[in-house]
Amino acid sequence: MSQKLPDANLTRRALLTTGGALVVSFSLLPSLGLAQAPPADTVSPQPSPPQPLPGSLKTSPMLDAWLRIGADGSVTLFTGKSELGQGIRTALTQIAAEQLGLAFAAVKLITSDTQQTPNEGYTSGSQSMSDSGTAIMHATAQAREILINLAAEKWGTAADGLQAKDGSVAAPDGRKLGFGELVAGQTLSVRAGSTSKLKMPQTFAIVGKSVPRVDIPGKLTAAPSFIQDMRPAGMLHARVVRPPSPAAKLLRIATSAVETLPGVKKVIVDGRFLAVVADREFRAIKAMEALAAAAEWSESPSLPKQSEIFDVLKSLPNKVYTIRDDKGPAGAVTKSLEAAYSRPYQMHASIGPSCALAQFSDGQMTVWSHAQGMFPLRQAIAELLTLPEDKVRCIHVEGSGCYGHNGADDAAADAALIAIGVPGVPIRLQWMREQEHAWEPYGPAMAMRVKADLDGDGRIATWDYSVWTNTHSTRPGGAGSTLAGQLKAQAFAIPAPQIIPQPAGGGDRNIIPLYKIPNVHLDHNFIPEMPLRVSALRGLGAYANVFAIESFMDELAVAANADPVAFRLKHLEDPRARDVVSLAAEKFGWQAAAKLGPGRGHGFGFAKYKNIAAYCAVAIELEVERETGHIRLLRAVAASDSGQAVNPDGIRNQIGGGIVQSASWTLHEAVAFDTTRILSRDWSSYPILHFAELFETVDVHVIDRPGMPFLGTGEASQGPTGAAIANAICSATGVRIRDLPLNAARIKQAIGV
Amino acid sequence: MRLTVRLIALLVIIAAAYVVWAWRSPMQGVAAPAKSTFDVAQLRHGSELAAIGNCVQCHTAPQGKPYAGGRAVPTPFGIVWGPNITPDPDTGIGLYSKQAFLRAMRDGVDRQGRHLYPAFPYDHMVKASANDIEAVWAFMITREPVRQINQTTRLAFPLDQRILLAGWKAMFFNRQAFTPDPGHDAAWNRGAYLVEGLAHCGACHTPRNIFGAETKSAAYAGGQVEGWTAPALNSSSPAAVPWTTARIETYLRLGRDDLHGAAAGPMNEVTHALAGVVAADVAAIATYVADIAGNATPERAAVAAKAVASSRSGAAPVSASDPGSAVYAGACAQCHGDAARAPTNPAVNLALSSAVRAADETNFVNVVHGGIRQPDGLGGPYMPGFADILTPAQVRDLASHVRNTYAGKPDWTGVADAWRRQSAIK
Amino acid sequence: MVKLNINGQIHDVASEPDTPLLYALREDLALNGAKYGCGVGQCGACTVLLDGKPVFSCLVPISVVDGRAVTTLEGLGSADKPSPVQRAFIELQAAQCGYCIPGMMVRAEALLQRLPSPTTAEIRAHLQPNLCRCGTHMRIVAAVQRAAELSKSTAPQKI
Ligand code: FES
Ligand code: FES
Repeated sequence: MSQKLPDANLTRRALLTTGGALVVSFSLLPSLGLAQAPPADTVSPQPSPPQPLPGSLKTSPMLDAWLRIGADGSVTLFTGKSELGQGIRTALTQIAAEQLGLAFAAVKLITSDTQQTPNEGYTSGSQSMSDSGTAIMHATAQAREILINLAAEKWGTAADGLQAKDGSVAAPDGRKLGFGELVAGQTLSVRAGSTSKLKMPQTFAIVGKSVPRVDIPGKLTAAPSFIQDMRPAGMLHARVVRPPSPAAKLLRIATSAVETLPGVKKVIVDGRFLAVVADREFRAIKAMEALAAAAEWSESPSLPKQSEIFDVLKSLPNKVYTIRDDKGPAGAVTKSLEAAYSRPYQMHASIGPSCALAQFSDGQMTVWSHAQGMFPLRQAIAELLTLPEDKVRCIHVEGSGCYGHNGADDAAADAALIAIGVPGVPIRLQWMREQEHAWEPYGPAMAMRVKADLDGDGRIATWDYSVWTNTHSTRPGGAGSTLAGQLKAQAFAIPAPQIIPQPAGGGDRNIIPLYKIPNVHLDHNFIPEMPLRVSALRGLGAYANVFAIESFMDELAVAANADPVAFRLKHLEDPRARDVVSLAAEKFGWQAAAKLGPGRGHGFGFAKYKNIAAYCAVAIELEVERETGHIRLLRAVAASDSGQAVNPDGIRNQIGGGIVQSASWTLHEAVAFDTTRILSRDWSSYPILHFAELFETVDVHVIDRPGMPFLGTGEASQGPTGAAIANAICSATGVRIRDLPLNAARIKQAIGV
Repeated sequence: MRLTVRLIALLVIIAAAYVVWAWRSPMQGVAAPAKSTFDVAQLRHGSELAAIGNCVQCHTAPQGKPYAGGRAVPTPFGIVWGPNITPDPDTGIGLYSKQAFLRAMRDGVDRQGRHLYPAFPYDHMVKASANDIEAVWAFMITREPVRQINQTTRLAFPLDQRILLAGWKAMFFNRQAFTPDPGHDAAWNRGAYLVEGLAHCGACHTPRNIFGAETKSAAYAGGQVEGWTAPALNSSSPAAVPWTTARIETYLRLGRDDLHGAAAGPMNEVTHALAGVVAADVAAIATYVADIAGNATPERAAVAAKAVASSRSGAAPVSASDPGSAVYAGACAQCHGDAARAPTNPAVNLALSSAVRAADETNFVNVVHGGIRQPDGLGGPYMPGFADILTPAQVRDLASHVRNTYAGKPDWTGVADAWRRQSAIK
Repeated sequence: MVKLNINGQIHDVASEPDTPLLYALREDLALNGAKYGCGVGQCGACTVLLDGKPVFSCLVPISVVDGRAVTTLEGLGSADKPSPVQRAFIELQAAQCGYCIPGMMVRAEALLQRLPSPTTAEIRAHLQPNLCRCGTHMRIVAAVQRAAELSKSTAPQKI
């Protein structure tokens, strides 16, 4: 059975010419992304234009990159970001509908597609709302003004008093002109202005409402919603065979027995890149296992000892970036504290392993992928296949939640490399669970060390913090960033690892404590050499840095004989930070010297994500079973401030989900490996949180700030949650555990007999 | 008449004498000493030994508080409930003095003077040194007291008459202390001391007679426990590849070994306990158990070599005449592999699996039915259960295919019935 | 040809008898409800009901299905006529990426058929075999409770 694919042959030009009437629809090429520099995690910010445009308008300033109005008045919105299950489709549509005075349902949204949408780099870093949401808000507001002016022109009246409403511009006297009529025959070329006539937040009818997510009903009633659900006619199934270990060398392989298996169409051996193509999925799996059985590898140790990983990392050459060196007045120091923290390698571990479709027809490669950046992916695949970039089109289709740079890009490259050898046929490549676990790029291991002095008033006088870690992004572009590029016979070199500069930061994300401290020294020890393959995992360095900072804040509070919440407030000046801390504490019922039940403890954590995104404070109560070290999570209460809350329920879902995911990271997760192989190869060797371990309640309180800029929320609760758990364990047991994960064995050992 | 009277009188006298002989006095309750009065080293030592003895297993209810009792231990005589051994004075052992604890461990008599059922393996604990038992007492008496009323063990008459246990002890309870064997090295002797004593391996792996006592003449020849077969550890082990010290050590610490299989049923919990024990003691246990297993006879070695070699060529292709073959190919091969398929994350090769090679179907059926799972957050062997997937006939077909193809052995006869029994329990 | 009884309809499928049901559902019948997550019975994304009991369809060779009744997410309800479980999950927006949710709903359906008013503890225990990586658990549990309420207020379902 087949279904309609997002049409690969329908170019934007065709859409425009068949669509008839257009608004703001010209000088297309610059907005198509071809000529655009990718804004990214990994490159330094673009030089600002003289008059900076808001959000992603900076890089895609033409309004027609963002929206189109058809002859029938239909409104289509374009975003270079992707739906990752964070609800971006719904939130962006809300913003556009609001500014255009349209019903929510009247706006159609096209997400990341190199042939249709603006290039917004990666959907990452909780930036979709601030990048794309801001751009769309301004683009649609400006389009509304253009439509109003067109109507005013037609009627020969002043624009004042005209209103855009329900797809028309309406005059006070009742006259109306539909958007479609207004744009008929118009040829305008409009570059966004740096100011927009935004609607007043008090008048919002859609933004600020918990509009139900558009993608949910389909996902819950078995509509084809995910890339895994695509079945174009004539599709073949592919599977790859990976080496048993990162450094394994292929000695020999006999493919003939595999080639003759039922349904097998092709067997590919290209260096260490092995793959099979078959007519049916289970046949492809069997052929994959047969190919694996036919391969002989020689393995050699190439990984460090897991138990020594932090020593190994610290011993590798590094480059020190001093993020801050504030020298202020130093009062009389009464106490000094020092502590070291660590976080192991952790996985994205999506529930649905990576998948991609690719089709090579008429010299054109089309790839459907759930990766986070279609434009950088296009660059990588073009290089991998030595095709010009305009011969590669990458279209985003949703996959299972990814939480960063998981195997999606690699699967896309795998599919493209296979598909180019089977022209004309759509190839669906699905990774196996074990391939996802063993080959995705992990969230990097991190070592943190912090020293601080307290003065006589119980204030922090000096703060000295260092983090040692690898890069936190090895995303494409570049074919060498993909496994296919690394494994094929003519391998591409792995690009030199890059730092991600502040203010976003990579391993140093959130390294700057938001607290008022006169003397602050912060070092990011960037380690280029990567013992294990790593890349961006939700929050990047923020999770572990906040874990360390906020754990240490509690240690300092103890030393200062202060309540942890009061101690934080004492050092917080930013009123919005104070608000989330106070609100979380209040809703939790935080009491300085609370009498909790036996074995129980409470803990607090706070951060402003990246120091530029959402504020989030989390308070947690839990119970520790001393005999086993087993944790029972009881309550989590969070308060967050994401600026203007476009969709409060969406924010609650993201913050609440982040708390549960972070609890899993914090209590259980560490990638296991020996010196040769990755040992975490499935859910039994990489256990995550189960239902039985769940909190009894998780409450999220959203502070709305109408009219304030959108602040990304998707990664805001991970760090505060990790710290709150560590602090609660300490409150329950009196022992401080500084190495993640805080698993039962560690807790038991720390408690002792 | 007179004779009858005399006989009765005699019986009464004997009975009275028995009671006098069997009677144990209650011991004075003593408040638990404060934790601070103990040496931490002693507590740590006790903690280690408690882990080796895996006390927690029988003394913890499912999802219950550790050591607070409430686990049902099924025996051929009925259910024996593991009691609360936390130092709660009312419901636990909070009033046990060191001497009372020592008596319980070595005589099988509780503080009140009642004889304990030998489901509590005092016949092994007695081998432990007084010093070690004292450390275990120190550890137990310093746990957090948990108030949890014990489930009363109620066996059918006459087994509910605990006084009779004195007779049982007279017949089967060897109080002999452990004596090192100078003919062996320190590791072996340490292993022997632990295995025969606190670790009480024989409690499951030695067959029991009709009185529920271990048949010492058949030590480690395999037993039945909680509906599972505890395989023989001696030369009659079903393992295809003879166990070695290193393999046993791996198995005991990780719960699996590639050449033998994964720990399932009650053994799974034993391996959790041992995972936290100092390596040297686990290695010592492995040394002694490897010695019990003995060196491989040439015949065994040949079988082993064949099994290893056949590991990649065992499977018959899917064929209609062997309905279990399709079940295997679709349900099992994705982890266990077959002749032509190397899975991405292989589980044990069934040609080597002790469960598949065992004389009876118990463990095979149990594992296929319920799978193998670990507690939340803990890594380790995993296998999904097929209880709701396979019918009794289908599992019989599967067993037949696996048994013939991988073990080269004839069908078991009771698979379908055993499957039905498992389903009924569930 | 193997005969499958899926959501009350009999289908002849061309897949080989050892093919796991998951692939037959997705490929032969183009049903999207059951998802591939691990293929080895560890995640529950592929959950379907077999004779009313929740099973991992990735572990069920179609040869063993042999006429037994299979219910997939599609059998619960449709976009036009969502079942109480689906309505509850939509109402509470109990999804982030949504990939694990079909398996959760199918497993929940089995619980509600057996236990119309489960406690939170019972829901958690019952959902234990299924994994969610987005951390949607709290909403999932709440949605199952909501589904129990909705089921009671609607006519008995015949699934
Ligand atoms: S896909 Fe079947 S349980 Fe994971
Ligand atoms: S909602 Fe994404 S895995 Fe559960």
